[in-house]
Amino acid sequence: MSITMIFVSAILVNNIVLSQFLGICPFLGVSKKISTAIGMGLAVMFVMTISSVATYLIYHQLLVPYRLEFMNTVVFILVIAALVQMVEIIIKKVSPILYQALGIYLPLITTNCAVLGVAILSIQKGFSLSLSVCFGLANAAGFTLAIVLMAGLRERINQNQDALPMAVRGAPIALITAALLSMAFMGFSGIGS
Amino acid sequence: MKNKSLSNLTRGLIRENPVFVMMLGMCPTLGVTTSLENALGMGVATAFTLLLSNSVIALIKNLIPAMVRIPCYIVLIASIVTVIDMMMAARLPNLHAKLGIYIPLIVVNCIILGRAEAFASKNNLFQSALDALGMGLGFTLALALLGSVREILGAGSLFGHSFIGEEGYPVLLFIMPPGAFLALAGLIMVVNRLRGVK
Repeated sequence: MSITMIFVSAILVNNIVLSQFLGICPFLGVSKKISTAIGMGLAVMFVMTISSVATYLIYHQLLVPYRLEFMNTVVFILVIAALVQMVEIIIKKVSPILYQALGIYLPLITTNCAVLGVAILSIQKGFSLSLSVCFGLANAAGFTLAIVLMAGLRERINQNQDALPMAVRGAPIALITAALLSMAFMGFSGIGS
Repeated sequence: MKNKSLSNLTRGLIRENPVFVMMLGMCPTLGVTTSLENALGMGVATAFTLLLSNSVIALIKNLIPAMVRIPCYIVLIASIVTVIDMMMAARLPNLHAKLGIYIPLIVVNCIILGRAEAFASKNNLFQSALDALGMGLGFTLALALLGSVREILGAGSLFGHSFIGEEGYPVLLFIMPPGAFLALAGLIMVVNRLRGVK
């Protein structure tokens, strides 16, 4: 699989949120405003790329030599949780501006199943180190695209909330918006196959 | 005391249903409900994990220092999920292959960590097990409902038994990703009306 294909596939064709249903919680929870959606997207991109490297190295240098592959779920979730903490501390020290922008979103990422999902998927697909990093970055870009688009739509809908029936307000209209977005992304299916 | 036990058991079914009311555990809810069989498999696997994790945490809650309780819970849940993952791979290979990536992802299902933190860390073994049973059943019920709606509309069948015949045209959209969002939106609307949110 070439690098271009990984990017096209992960961002448009098999979008991690809209067609694989990973990371739905932040997608629905943090998509009320465009600015917060961009912050969340960037934080996920940061953590997912680093965690692809970390989980790849730990899996192939530590788990495989000792035949502990079955422990991957336990080890990966720990690595991701520790990584999120570490990234938070480092950013706070190195770049206070970046910390102000991403700070509140970082702890939320531990429970983002997209990060663990991408780590497990790239092991299952047997990618090399460089492809794993691209896969992580591409999926994070797909996540960011989806959440920013969704936030744009929801900002418009919230301005006209009075027009909606009571039973549809809140979660149902968000899900219907997501359904329409997902339908739009289905138009990309078939590219590259 | 009896009343409290009963309310702990029934709370998760409708009043605080994890999917329809609290909107937790959305990823497996949307991802695996393409058929009733998958939905039931996922629901039971999650309910079983929840029962085990809630019971164990209720038992050892006094041994875990408060500062590091969340990492402890996560490691515990991840171990339980690993065991369930391996058991399913050995006993139910077909279902395991269909559920795929969503089985290890039970670890990050917010329902499980949420119940551990909000309930099991404060209550005794019996009440925690009841709470886990109720929440697990509520989750399974929600998944089964969504799975039935999607399978009936999207494939014209239920449990794999087709009832639209050779010439029928099912609404294919409902077993594709957008259908998951649409069906869940519809169900939440119905639940909202029934709960009296006008």
